[in-house]
Amino acid sequence: MNLLAAEPNEQLAQISNYLIYSAMAVYVLAFFAYIAEWTFGSRSKVGRTAAALTQKAGDEGAVPAQESGVSVRVKKEAGGGTAVLEKPAPAAPASPKIVTRSSSGRRGDLPDGPGAAAGDEQGDMYGRIAISLTVLAFLLHCAGVVTRSLSVQRAPWGNMYEFSTAFSMVAVGAYLCFLLAKKNVRWIGLPLVTTVLLDLGLAVTVLYTDSDQLVPALHSYWLWIHVSLAIICGALLYLGFVGSLLYLFRDTYETKLLRGGKPGSVVSSIMERLPSANSLDKFAYRINATVFPFWTFTIVAGAIWAGDAWGRYWGWDPKEVWSFITWVAYACYLHARATAGWKGRKAAYLALLAFACFLFNYYGVNIFFNGKHSYAGI
Amino acid sequence: MSTTEADADKATEAAGEREATAQLSTAPGEERLNVPSLGPLGWLRWFWRQLTSMRVALILLFLLSLGAIPGSVIPQTPVDALKVERFREEHTTLAPLYDKLQLFDVYTSVWFSAIYILLFISLVGCIVPRTWQFVGQLRSRPPRAPRRLDRMPVYATWRTDADPEQVLGAARSLLKRRRFRTHQDGDGSSRGDAVASEKGYLREVGNLLFHIALIVLLLAFASGQLFKSEGRKLIVQGDGFSNVLTQYDDFRSGSLFRADMLDPFGFRLKKFHATYEESGPNKGTPRDYRADIAYTEGASSKEKNAAIKVNHPLSIGSSKVYLIANGYAPAVTVKDGKGNIAYRGPVPFLQQDNNQTSSGVVKVTDYLDAKGRKDQLGFQGFFVPDFEPGSGTMFSQSPSLKNPAMFLTAYHGNLGVDGGPAQNVYQLDTKNMTKFKDKDGGPFAKKLTPGDTMTLPNGAGSLKFDGVKQWANFQVSHQVGNDWALGGALTAIAGLAGSLFIQRRRVWVRAYAADDGRTVVEMAGLGRSESARLPDELASLATDMQDAAPVASEDTTADAAAETATDSDDPADAPEGAGK
Repeated sequence: MNLLAAEPNEQLAQISNYLIYSAMAVYVLAFFAYIAEWTFGSRSKVGRTAAALTQKAGDEGAVPAQESGVSVRVKKEAGGGTAVLEKPAPAAPASPKIVTRSSSGRRGDLPDGPGAAAGDEQGDMYGRIAISLTVLAFLLHCAGVVTRSLSVQRAPWGNMYEFSTAFSMVAVGAYLCFLLAKKNVRWIGLPLVTTVLLDLGLAVTVLYTDSDQLVPALHSYWLWIHVSLAIICGALLYLGFVGSLLYLFRDTYETKLLRGGKPGSVVSSIMERLPSANSLDKFAYRINATVFPFWTFTIVAGAIWAGDAWGRYWGWDPKEVWSFITWVAYACYLHARATAGWKGRKAAYLALLAFACFLFNYYGVNIFFNGKHSYAGI
Repeated sequence: MSTTEADADKATEAAGEREATAQLSTAPGEERLNVPSLGPLGWLRWFWRQLTSMRVALILLFLLSLGAIPGSVIPQTPVDALKVERFREEHTTLAPLYDKLQLFDVYTSVWFSAIYILLFISLVGCIVPRTWQFVGQLRSRPPRAPRRLDRMPVYATWRTDADPEQVLGAARSLLKRRRFRTHQDGDGSSRGDAVASEKGYLREVGNLLFHIALIVLLLAFASGQLFKSEGRKLIVQGDGFSNVLTQYDDFRSGSLFRADMLDPFGFRLKKFHATYEESGPNKGTPRDYRADIAYTEGASSKEKNAAIKVNHPLSIGSSKVYLIANGYAPAVTVKDGKGNIAYRGPVPFLQQDNNQTSSGVVKVTDYLDAKGRKDQLGFQGFFVPDFEPGSGTMFSQSPSLKNPAMFLTAYHGNLGVDGGPAQNVYQLDTKNMTKFKDKDGGPFAKKLTPGDTMTLPNGAGSLKFDGVKQWANFQVSHQVGNDWALGGALTAIAGLAGSLFIQRRRVWVRAYAADDGRTVVEMAGLGRSESARLPDELASLATDMQDAAPVASEDTTADAAAETATDSDDPADAPEGAGK
């Protein structure tokens, strides 16, 4: 077991620190570029969403006989420009049009906002700069995590510092993957980079731990499976959380417009550039629903490991309790989404609560409780 | 059209749509809260209906997560009994209240059990009817096409020159190839026959599987709790253990456990290895522990060698042997006032800090003093594996055995071990004992290194520090239902993946002759609201249908046509008749 007792390579660890600092610096630049994107985007015309909504409300008034004729028929060509139908585009020239009629959402298929830049050329340029900078920062970030791992020759998530850096790395990675897959996720860039900076700032100041070997309880291949899955699930759930949060804001905004209210110009300017409430809700749901089985497996993997390390697979250790609570909270959310009267805002609140449980399970349990996961070291 | 006609028309349409949408999921429908006016049976039925409703299940789920919280905040007896004791001492007013609410034992408390038992009853009450419903669906045909397909969420239509029968036949074989369950029927409308098809039944299978697996998991966990046993044994290097109740230092078991459930085996600790960080800021942090043991199984006396490490317990039968803790046991020889050996052997000392500064006692029960009178001896003190003389502290500098030293204070008198309440072997009850005094009248204490002898004043005997051995503490767990729990958990994940990633959807194809002699083809799809892939799928189905039912060429006015058709060499654009 010479490998396990290997001296940490101080030089590599130092390089890792520099890389993380550099990544933070580039994230800061990206942050400003995103801000510029949103700022320049605000120059473009306001009132798109309001127009779309009021027009529809007008239609509704005109044809009252049509039972809640809210459902708009959005015609989409098989090879058309929407995210949904873009990909396969087999669309043999002669194939017929596919007409989709949204049955979901309380106000039909409201079109998504145009994005932060809102068609403003300069805004779009800054948006592209922001993404490029995010890619650069992400590469530095990855290099930082990898060198940290190399310096101790083990998985780079043995303590809270390492967990935090890996966590934000995966969140940014997921965002970039979504972009690569041509999903409409540019709106998440600013909130994401902001929290990544917060997370890294917390990691390098409060949570920093020198690179070192692990206590014997962590010598297990389950460290690779259990902890890495926890990181991936957490990072993705965070994206879902942002989706739910923005959904709530956007939903309030849309409801206000529908009722004929006039939201403030700043609110309008931001809100109307976001995707529609319906899209945000779906985005959050898809992520949460996809992650849920993996989160379940994270807990199961942890239980299997606990069975080997602590002599029981489930013993109500604080970490176990809170991962269970998180699991139940997300189960609540998924059931709520399928239950009449709980869809929409109520379910979104549950999603926020569930992610709060996840966060507490990470920070709260490590800091406030003294359980068997305490070696995670602050 | 008069209003009544229109209303009637709308009503039939609505009914058709309801049928088409029906049972796409077997989720229970939400019922309004109807308080019955009938007798106890009515109430019972009402209660049952409420319990198995989704809303109540949601509330129970929410309560379950809320109820789990106190268990992480308040110390729990099954997790850490000592912590509970300390809490009781510190909070004299709060503790009795907590006791009443069973907050020191949340997860077996009446109220927590009530929540999850109700939840699982609700679950069963939900699963059983859903299973029957699902079996019924599997045995019946996919629901008929609604009269107006264009009201379905995804819709496509075009005109073709192929005749309706051929179109429908092609649709059937296409859908079958795509593994849809299909059925063709006249749907009672004037518009001719339609093919009804459905796919994605595995979604419901996964859903049911997930919930059933949860029940299996719960039962496995419960039986594990009832039949489990867990005992600890501290073994000094060279000593052995055999798995019978009396050998344990400390033993806990579930309420249905019987002593004869213990697996027959025994083992001997041959050697213990510990590796510690030798430098850096985390100097002294443990890196690796390993206990080399030799064990015998059942009645056979053939020894087998094995190593137990922190993450690698030894499995024997349905028992697992875990390495829990380790430490040092100074070996001593105590001679009495007559020069005879009164005690000889290693004495385990318990770790007090991360550097293995350990405390312990040596109790000598059979001892004669200098005058030959019966008495008892007790030594209390510390052992440090790495003593640094110049440091001015008695604490160990590292956990490695570099410069061992022991500091002992000697007592004589009544140890209190004969009769009376059980005593902690690692503590000395000095109530009925007196300290030996040195020449100045101070307490007689001495620092010893291996080989040193501490001679008690006035010929009362001596203690020799022979050397140091290591000890390891093992936990032997007898576990029941682990395989079931694991199987349940993995099945639950598989079911979950099925129920979340598979889309259940229906596709209808209708073909009827229009007035101009051409055939109108209509396709519609219906899935759950989240299915973004349905338009894709319908588009691809419609494309594949073109072989059998090509879009009629000059048909550019209806919303069926494709604008791009004109500049294409697709066979569909061939002159009328050529495409069949």
